[in-house]
Amino acid sequence: MSRKAEYAVEIEHLTVRYGDHVALEDLSLQIPRGAFVAIVGPNGAGKSTLIKTILGLVRPASGKVLVLGEPLERLDPLRVGYVPQFKTLDRSFPALAEELVVSGLRRAWPGRITRGEREKALAALERVGAAHLAGRSVSRFSGGELQRVYLARAFVRQPELVVLDEPATGIDVLGEADMYRLLEGYQKQSGATLLMITHDWEAAYHHASHVIVLNRRLIGFGPPERALSERCLREAFGHVGHAHTVALEFVRSKHV
Amino acid sequence: MFEAWHLPFMQRALLAGLIMALLSGYYGPFMVQRGLSFLGSGLAHAAFGGVALGLLLGGEPLWVAVPFTAAVALGITWVRERTRISGDTAVGIFFAVSMALGIVFLSLKREYTAEAFTYLFGSILAVTATDIWVSLGLLLLTLLTLPLWGRWAYATFDRELAQADRVPVLFDDYLLAFLVALVVVVAMKLVGLLLVAAFLVIPAAAARQWSRTFAGMMVGAVLVGVFSVVFGLQISLQFDIPSGATIVLLQALVFTAAALIWRRA
Repeated sequence: MSRKAEYAVEIEHLTVRYGDHVALEDLSLQIPRGAFVAIVGPNGAGKSTLIKTILGLVRPASGKVLVLGEPLERLDPLRVGYVPQFKTLDRSFPALAEELVVSGLRRAWPGRITRGEREKALAALERVGAAHLAGRSVSRFSGGELQRVYLARAFVRQPELVVLDEPATGIDVLGEADMYRLLEGYQKQSGATLLMITHDWEAAYHHASHVIVLNRRLIGFGPPERALSERCLREAFGHVGHAHTVALEFVRSKHV
Repeated sequence: MFEAWHLPFMQRALLAGLIMALLSGYYGPFMVQRGLSFLGSGLAHAAFGGVALGLLLGGEPLWVAVPFTAAVALGITWVRERTRISGDTAVGIFFAVSMALGIVFLSLKREYTAEAFTYLFGSILAVTATDIWVSLGLLLLTLLTLPLWGRWAYATFDRELAQADRVPVLFDDYLLAFLVALVVVVAMKLVGLLLVAAFLVIPAAAARQWSRTFAGMMVGAVLVGVFSVVFGLQISLQFDIPSGATIVLLQALVFTAAALIWRRA
């Protein structure tokens, strides 16, 4: 068992470039273990780049990134659970829900599932209320069903860090409430850290313990009532136009 | 009706066809699900360039075609990964250039090369012992890479998830392209460059219609391949029609039937 680091994610002076385009610039932050962190910011702010860097999908131009106390090249990927946007699912690929969950255990696609793996997959699906989906093809699942299967896939490896890319997009209000209940339940039981991109400031305000406000640079980081301030939102979303009005309305409704 | 199967050339044809059915049933689903169906066709045209160079240099054309096609496969993968050019455009460029080179090489030979036509249209009934040995070697190579099936399938399902789990997806892309290139070169002798892509695409596409799992799709693709080789050879012999084309038409028949039976409600 690796040493317990104080922070789930430690980033120092991180800069990420795509060719000439700077996606993230000189970003430094420390995410404490057990936090539920929401990342907000306008389109093109570098939110996806930030989680992709943490997942080891994007190589930084400069800076230091430690995840669960380890540099990315030394980190055991099974310690991190990733829930991608389910709309990226290739529905033409023939797959059963239980195979998708077992892929989270194996870090490979299962040709044949062992009895032990099936038990673990079923337990994970049961935890998200989707045991009945185990032997069904994912290609015809609704957004809500897929989201549950992807959550089971992440939970099955008992990750210490769960990274979610816009998990509420494309599911209805009830499904969204269910999802937050499942995430918070997992966090309570495991003490895991949750890191989620969202466009929903309300959700960030109500569910997250910390909020990262991003627009290429770090604009705000802290508890929601501090990070989702008028100053931070105006700086991230602009001083004029519709986003500005929405930001002001949000801030006033929360009196932050 | 089956007495012709006692003839050595028919046995060689059957053996070569069955090995091809296994190989293309194995690699085809990766190509189809990765959106690389066109790659088989492109590599076959590239292989023609290699064969033509082999004929020009003299000796067994296969020994030139194999490295030539493998190099083109790696080139296509490099362009796809490292430039802004899309996969099908990369294939389109490479196959046209290789084909042009093939035409130039053949013209330099200055004498009629009937053998070139064997590669264009294939000749499963003219399979030599060398062809069988090369096919068996490729089958062995494929068996050695069986442990990689899980991670190839994982990256085929979702490249980003596989990458986040530290699967070396880039290395695997090159390796798969290389192995498919070898399959194409070997299969080209049997069914011809014009039809070789069908072997990789049609059985996999047919099996996709009824398969609920990726492993099942692969088994289905192999079975479609085996069925069409056995019955295709028999029909071609009985009615004296080209064997490669008959096999491909049978594959298409299975695909059509599957599409009609398992069509979406």
